[in-house]
Amino acid sequence: MEFKLTRSQIEIVKAARDFAKSEFTRELSAELDRQSAFPHALYQKAAELGFTSLQFEEDYLGGGLGYLETVLMGEALCCRDSTLGSALMLSGYGADLLSRFGADPLKSRFLTGVAEGRMLSGAVMAFFPADGQDHVPSLAACEEDTHWVINGTASAVINGGLAGFYCLLCRTDPDAQPQKTSSMILVAGDQKGLTTVDTGQKLGLRMTAVTDLTFEAVRVPRDHTIGKAGDGIRQLASFNSESCLLLAALGLGTAQGVFDRTVQYVKQRQQFGRKIAAFQVTRHKLAGMATKIEQARLLTYRAAWQQDQKTPDVALSAMAKLAATGAALDCAHEAIQLHGGYGFSTEYEVERFCRDAKTLHLLGGKPGVINDQIADTIIGKIR
Amino acid sequence: MEILHFTEQHEAYRNRFQDFLQKVVTPFIDDWERDHMHPKSVWKKMGAAGFLCPWVATEYGGMGGDLLYSMVINRELARTNHTGLIVYLHSDIVVPYLATFGTEAQKKKFLPGCITGDVIMAVAMTEPDTGSDIAAITTTAVEEGDEVVINGSKTFISIGQNCDLVVVAARDPSVANPYQALSLYLVEDGTPGFSKGNKIDKMGMHSQDTSELFFHNCRIPLSNRLGEKGQGFLQLMQKLQQERLMVALQAVDSAEFALDWIVDRCKHPPAASADLLQSQAVQFALAEMATEVKIGKTFVYKLIADHMEKKDVVQETSMAKYWTTDLLKRTVGRGLDLIGAEGTRESCPIVRTWRDAQIYSIFAGTNEIMKTIIAKQMFK
Repeated sequence: MEFKLTRSQIEIVKAARDFAKSEFTRELSAELDRQSAFPHALYQKAAELGFTSLQFEEDYLGGGLGYLETVLMGEALCCRDSTLGSALMLSGYGADLLSRFGADPLKSRFLTGVAEGRMLSGAVMAFFPADGQDHVPSLAACEEDTHWVINGTASAVINGGLAGFYCLLCRTDPDAQPQKTSSMILVAGDQKGLTTVDTGQKLGLRMTAVTDLTFEAVRVPRDHTIGKAGDGIRQLASFNSESCLLLAALGLGTAQGVFDRTVQYVKQRQQFGRKIAAFQVTRHKLAGMATKIEQARLLTYRAAWQQDQKTPDVALSAMAKLAATGAALDCAHEAIQLHGGYGFSTEYEVERFCRDAKTLHLLGGKPGVINDQIADTIIGKIR
Repeated sequence: MEILHFTEQHEAYRNRFQDFLQKVVTPFIDDWERDHMHPKSVWKKMGAAGFLCPWVATEYGGMGGDLLYSMVINRELARTNHTGLIVYLHSDIVVPYLATFGTEAQKKKFLPGCITGDVIMAVAMTEPDTGSDIAAITTTAVEEGDEVVINGSKTFISIGQNCDLVVVAARDPSVANPYQALSLYLVEDGTPGFSKGNKIDKMGMHSQDTSELFFHNCRIPLSNRLGEKGQGFLQLMQKLQQERLMVALQAVDSAEFALDWIVDRCKHPPAASADLLQSQAVQFALAEMATEVKIGKTFVYKLIADHMEKKDVVQETSMAKYWTTDLLKRTVGRGLDLIGAEGTRESCPIVRTWRDAQIYSIFAGTNEIMKTIIAKQMFK
């Protein structure tokens, strides 16, 4: 067993860190967070460097790389800035689904645009429970000659209102057996009948748009079906491992970033005639934070490596998600505490990392749902 | 046997205050939170209706009530789920400084206004470089004849914009021993040399006007000193007890509000959302949260009873402050975990509760300082 990154993985980490160090500024973050705005200019630059298409096959201008590289990228960017990093890493959430489950010509029509930084892509981020076969999507698609006609509302769509396209689950055959009732369909963002519904300010990840989308007789070509019709639920359920890994990466970076800032702060802040880094309890807290981060890191890297072996372990990915976002949250809470009053001020960044951590912890499967998945895998279903 | 006996009068006061809140406060909270400010006029409305400083003696225009009236006010405000109108700070933390240490002249001059809402009080201890180490305060107060000249800056001062009268902790630079150097001074808004700086933008408590305060050759009459010269440190230590007790009370009341909201959410789930109560894990989580809130409330109520009997409860107050504030953060955090993605949107009321909760373990004395006090008491 070798616990070393390959040379190219090390290069990716370095490239991500260098990019973040030179392009992420505190002023930009504060401004974008305040406005709840997506970092379009930064996204462009990140796309040009290939950062937003690491996993696409090279045929689609992607890096042809695996999940471990994606995790490393996400960790490095979020370490520098949890909100900016998450916005960039989530910018292609729909494309990730298309890349995984789609086929040509749909893939080449849309993925190159993503790789070139010309468009964001969206989808609903949800942990699809294995017993969600009875899930009834909130979108219904009826066959009408060469088209699907879609009606309904999709809730909590990542990059809602901003994306060039969305990959969404629609009920396509209500009479089929439960697992076969629905399909994932690619919907262009500028479709007639498609309306973005603003669901208000979020607690964290404010640079990532999450909205509802309403569909009123939206006509979409039948060849926009992603993969085979009827496979939608199976596809989404099998994507759980990947969405967990992505969130784990963001959580890991957030945890490390908030930890680094705290170490810096306690080494210079003085009270009672000493640097607060000298107090034993402060030191023990930092030791605890570092331990949690390392646990989360090892779990996340291993789960990502497992994913890249083509034998994903959804329980492991779920554990990684819980451990990493949990570590981010615990570390961020402690970071605020160690910063004292300044930790509660928006002038210092730790409160934003904390809001982001809580959001990551709740998105893509709340802790109860994640634990259900882990238990189902370990113990198996017992009714 | 009840720990604290709330009478019919207390409950009548509560009903009256609930009506008041429905009309004067609750409809405007979302705006205040969005605007990061609440209007000063609300304080006057509070005062006019008799909801400020209910414990002040009738000779100063007060109601002459007991601490339970304050508890009624503070609980009902906690249940409005906002922390802008931080009435307990004025009524139950700062005005007591005036009532206890003030001269008859000072009390006659300011207490009536504290009750009517014309004189809103704040206390200024914290400085950019001085948080926990109160003895290290650097703001200076030089007594020159019948005047005092104050220089320095304070930060994280609650009610910093709306305050009319500030209790300022400052040191005599000529006194070497820091524990004997501090005195407390009453500085009125509008005094030349006293300026209110910017509001501090915060993670939570958005409608609260936390600010910086600046003193630049600010001259006040010597008659504005509050208590004896050099007694400042001891005065602060004495009054911090009630501050910590009030914070502990606010913490359990807020935790209980959050718990009640989640329980209600479970009982009446919105359309098309999962029935949380089907989950055993959810039931157990709620059971644990309810248990802890009950324990916290029982402890704080007992402490209030002891405090009202003037018992020495320094250690227990420190225990209560740290434990209940951790309880608040834990309860609201778990609550959001049960709700899931809905808890990532500000449209969920408990999101605000969560953001507001994060400061509780820091202000009024950090939880680390509380543990220092407890340990010291255990081994003195």
